[in-house]
Amino acid sequence: MTELNSQHLRHYPNKPKQVYLYGTCLADVLFPDSGIDAIEFLEQQGIDVIFPQGQTCCGQPAYNSGYQQQAKSVALQQIAQFPLDIPIVIISGSCGGMMRHHYPELLKGEPGIEAFCERIFEFTEFLVHVLKIKLTDNGEPEKVAMHTSCAARREMGVHITGASLINQLDNVELVIHKQEKECCGFGGTFAVKHGDISAAMVADKSASLVDADVVRFVSADWGCLMNINGALEYQKQPLRGEHIASYLLARTAGKKAGETDNDS
Amino acid sequence: MTVKIQEPEQSESKYAETARAFRQNVKKDLANAELRENFHGAMNYLMAKRAASFPSDDELETLRNQCKLIKQRALLKLPYLLEKLESNLQANGIHVHWAETITDANEIIAQVITSKNGKHIVKGKSMVSEETALNDYLHARDMEILESDMGEYIVQLAHEHPSHIIMPAIHQNKKQVADLFDKHIDGFDYTTDVDALIGEGRRILRDKFCHADVGITGVNFAVAETGTLCLVENEGNGQMSSAVPNVHIALTGIEKVVELLEDVPPLLSLLTRSATGQAITTYFNMITKPRQSDEKDGPEEVHLVLLDNGRSQAFADEELRQTLQCIRCGACMNHCPVYTRIGGHAYGTVYPGPIGKIISPHMLGLEATKDLPTASSLCGACGEVCPVKIPIPKILQRLRTESVKVHSGSPDELKGAGSNRKPMEATIWKIWSFIHKHQGMYRFSMWVATRLRGLLPSKLGVWTQVRSAPQLAPKTLHERIQARQPRG
Ligand code: SF4
Repeated sequence: MTELNSQHLRHYPNKPKQVYLYGTCLADVLFPDSGIDAIEFLEQQGIDVIFPQGQTCCGQPAYNSGYQQQAKSVALQQIAQFPLDIPIVIISGSCGGMMRHHYPELLKGEPGIEAFCERIFEFTEFLVHVLKIKLTDNGEPEKVAMHTSCAARREMGVHITGASLINQLDNVELVIHKQEKECCGFGGTFAVKHGDISAAMVADKSASLVDADVVRFVSADWGCLMNINGALEYQKQPLRGEHIASYLLARTAGKKAGETDNDS
Repeated sequence: MTVKIQEPEQSESKYAETARAFRQNVKKDLANAELRENFHGAMNYLMAKRAASFPSDDELETLRNQCKLIKQRALLKLPYLLEKLESNLQANGIHVHWAETITDANEIIAQVITSKNGKHIVKGKSMVSEETALNDYLHARDMEILESDMGEYIVQLAHEHPSHIIMPAIHQNKKQVADLFDKHIDGFDYTTDVDALIGEGRRILRDKFCHADVGITGVNFAVAETGTLCLVENEGNGQMSSAVPNVHIALTGIEKVVELLEDVPPLLSLLTRSATGQAITTYFNMITKPRQSDEKDGPEEVHLVLLDNGRSQAFADEELRQTLQCIRCGACMNHCPVYTRIGGHAYGTVYPGPIGKIISPHMLGLEATKDLPTASSLCGACGEVCPVKIPIPKILQRLRTESVKVHSGSPDELKGAGSNRKPMEATIWKIWSFIHKHQGMYRFSMWVATRLRGLLPSKLGVWTQVRSAPQLAPKTLHERIQARQPRG
């Protein structure tokens, strides 16, 4: 893990006709809009999106808690859901980090594991490096901040691709908040096992986002968003974060964020 | 001559108890606003200093790779290099002692001091002597031991122990130090001026140096090729402690050995820049011999005590061996969002922060330290800055696995393995795994969960103490996609 993240060491394929979407378990039950928005956005780019109904969770919660065997059986079940040799786009940098960087070790010796991991792309990484996308901003001028999850930053380089996408939006000013690189305190079971420490971390993270004086912040990870938004709501702050897929869809369609026309 | 291990039985380190109290310590220290401010300010300062000292990412990466390899090369032939170090030091006239446990180390040191009728001891900064609780041990034997590093001197006056491995008193601000001096030093002219405070401490210490019988220091690098002990410091107290008294005892862990003299410059450069952002420290001492007949100063006797204390357990495991690459720069704690908030004392261990989390289990066992590996969001900041590229988050994960696995009783098992396994938690993960590997079961569970979302309590334990509860969606992503008409 270094600042020179894995994107520098990666060969990117040409734009495919078809991709798989990996929705993640958090988005599935808590934030399905972002999954739908990601699909819509990719379809607008002329890509067919397949969402295998058999997908569940990448296994990270068990893996990070030290339950390797349990993580492994869930991970194997995921791999079986994505048989075609096409990219798998994940709308979470942290689950992407798990599947791309931790599966090879967790599933060492499983046939085809390296090839599977090569097909994993985080959503913003896919837009920038595979689609080489050029965005047209149809939204009103506004200031936003960005929070990148730590795995997304250090394992997947999402802070670079995420910022480069926001910077393509002519009417959006990206504000760097204090201690931008610092963890929000989520860390999966950490937030529950060491609730006091996590609380101190999210208090500082939310305060620095509020200080940045922006109308919203975007992130590519629902774990952090759930954590920071939960804290902001509790503090009765109006600021909220939203998933970058929803944000990009809204900006390019000229809608206000939160106004994509999903039926819920 | 090798001193054989004296007593196989080792009483538990005093730090085992304080490490077990991690959760209580955290609560207490998080509530201390002044303490949090002290750490926050200091860590921000140190992070900025480090960043400024590495203007080029490429150079930093090259240097980190080089130093990682130097340390890995040394570890690869550790037993051989330790023997070589011993024979070269002996050829230079330096006595070498091996200590398996902290009690062994303390006994060896006390014996050397007693054999010289020593009473007054000055000590340069040594984290290993904190590890062995040497001060307590010598005190109990009626010896006076005085810390000569300014930070160590402050924590000694305050009856504390270091809260940071290179900045022992970083938890105190200047006002607190001034109050401490005011309370303990006769004739102290009250001031909160940092330079004046340091001057005051120096005045007292200088006198002590002149009257000390024995000086004790740590070691940063022990060079096997030449039998040289290197000491990195900023205050000159390491030089005074090792050169003024008649006897110098250096105490260090077995992992400090490096193979070649030429290994030292890159390690030194990376150490000082990672630690304090300095291109080099004010003093760099290389100790190769006791005083020779034609020399006017220096100690007549030099001893090196090499401590194991669990390091060989780490060494035996290829992954955990990487913890022994550490050059004790402190960068991992400076960049750690957990350390920055809870401070160094909350860990309850000698070594706090990320490095403390991964080496303390070898020293104290996984049972006493069971809360440490989980007290991390695995954000990776430590691994990103570690100059010798120790994959700290990876090792934390490994220790989590070790601490929840079924205890096998095999002699190769880590001390305290399985001690954090809770039947309830293990069962939950089994059920979790069962649901998530059966797609039908998963979809059904999520369907039920979203349908019953009205029943979700608005209080979810610690989560909702500072956050609102998340709301389950009315329909899952799986369902919404199934119901969705593909675009034509
Ligand atoms: S683990 Fe790495 S960063 Fe931490 S003290 Fe050791 S060398 Fe420095």
